[in-house]
Amino acid sequence: MLDFDVKIAKFLEQFIDKGAYASVLEGLQNTMIIAVAGLVIGIFIGTVIAVVRVLPKYRLLPRLLDGICSLYVGLFRGTPIVVQLLVFYYVVLPLLGFNRVDSVSVAIIVFGMNSGAYISEIMRSGILSVDIGQMEGGRSVGMSYGATMIKIVIPQAIKNILPTLGNEFIALVKETSVVSFVGATDLYKAFRSIGSRTYEYMVPYLVMAVIYIVIVMVITVLIKLMERRLRKSDR
Amino acid sequence: MTDNNENLIEVTDLCKSFGDNHVLKNITTTIKKGEKVVVIGPSGSGKSTFLRCLNCMEDPTSGSIIFGGENIADPKVNINIHRQKMGMVFQHFNLFNNKTVIENIMMAPVYVGKKNLKKQKRDNLLKKLHLKKGEAVPVTTTPDEIKKQAKEKAIELLKRIGLEEKADAYPSSLSGGQKQRVAIVRSLAMDPDVILFDEPTSALDPEMVGEVLELMKELADQGMTMVVVTHEMGFAREVGTRIMFMDEGRFVEQATPEEFFSNPKSPRAVEFLSKVL
Ligand SMILES: Nc1ncnc2c1ncn2[C@@H]1O[C@H](COP(=O)(O)OP(=O)(O)O)[C@@H](O)[C@H]1O
Ligand SMILES: [Mg+2]
Repeated sequence: MLDFDVKIAKFLEQFIDKGAYASVLEGLQNTMIIAVAGLVIGIFIGTVIAVVRVLPKYRLLPRLLDGICSLYVGLFRGTPIVVQLLVFYYVVLPLLGFNRVDSVSVAIIVFGMNSGAYISEIMRSGILSVDIGQMEGGRSVGMSYGATMIKIVIPQAIKNILPTLGNEFIALVKETSVVSFVGATDLYKAFRSIGSRTYEYMVPYLVMAVIYIVIVMVITVLIKLMERRLRKSDR
Repeated sequence: MTDNNENLIEVTDLCKSFGDNHVLKNITTTIKKGEKVVVIGPSGSGKSTFLRCLNCMEDPTSGSIIFGGENIADPKVNINIHRQKMGMVFQHFNLFNNKTVIENIMMAPVYVGKKNLKKQKRDNLLKKLHLKKGEAVPVTTTPDEIKKQAKEKAIELLKRIGLEEKADAYPSSLSGGQKQRVAIVRSLAMDPDVILFDEPTSALDPEMVGEVLELMKELADQGMTMVVVTHEMGFAREVGTRIMFMDEGRFVEQATPEEFFSNPKSPRAVEFLSKVL
């Protein structure tokens, strides 16, 4: 029988009296750290790749770099992130001679590289959406291609893709729910351990779901506010 | 104020193709200091391509363009340095949308000033370490100083076009005529030796054409060397010192405005003038 009162009481006992809230908070913190740091790294990697991909391709070097970038993007978009996480943690790092690496750091790196691949495509279309005249304007006053890209084109590209970047951030937050595969404490791990102590999983996972929903809603509102601010600066 | 015999730009056998489309065919011409060259001709004849080859916005396919003592058509030449002395004004303004009006004008001077400062410091360091010959040159400026000077100059330029109250506005809030005037003073911020105009009034509402032409006339009167692609025949006649009539990638006729408009020689020019006048 569903005995909600009992289930809730058991959950609250674990959560408050037995101090499980601490690991939930830790999980929440890790989730946000991994998502935010992953996004920052992803924007950086994604921007670099996007710039390489829009570079004029007359010379050999840009073509070579373009090949490397499309391989990178293909690899990271073509495999599940859990697989990337496991391969990085259990294959790549040991082969490189790193054995005990903090699993949150590993998750940050993998999520950063993964979102870099996705963001590169978003950023590329963002750069292409900026009128070619902006680049020509910069070049005509004597600024280099790179300087014009960084000071003029990319800021406008980022503004254009902000809503899409917001979605990417939300996707990252949700995807962090797999980091326990390499031992990092996240929301899932925290709530699972509450459940396993009482053999009652219903309430813990329900609370977990609610927390995720709230996080996503908060982020959505923040993005909307940011967009509105940016639109104002247009006028 | 100008030495009218000094060659500013020497174009020799300039060709430009886009794939199989041979747009410019062996163009040879010289632009002297102080000249106001007006390029006219039918649409698609290659006027923009010619202008854009002059500052290598389009890479010439062959030929040479001597400017500032160098053949800037050579890809090995650092074109950025030469472009600082060769302003360009576009049909669609191309102001930086993410920068305010004053930032637009300060952009190039600050960028170039800081870049030169960094280079000077690097050179000095190398000289002190005896990795490079010569005496270290004392550094007399700072990034803040560069910015301050650029700002003063930008305000002065904005006053000149009566838009100082728009200094902190974004380009999107300006009218077309205001945008183009800002674009013109943006190119002036680097004290160029010549300004290239590609149909500067073609994207403007009719009532705004006058203010832009007025500013261009002012520049002309002050001795600025100008190469102008335009359909404004009144401007060509009044301000131009030489008309270059382009047809199918060649300058088929070059003459003073009086001569060209009263007595065009080539049949194509006659035909063109009968359509536009
Ligand atoms: N970037 C480009 N790529 C391919 N073809 C071009 C490009 N720019 C110009 N052309 C071609 O060059 C010819 C001349 O164009 P343009 O110089 O713009 O003429 P105009 O300015 O006299 O109207 C046209 O046939 C045009 O299609
Ligand atoms: Mg044109």
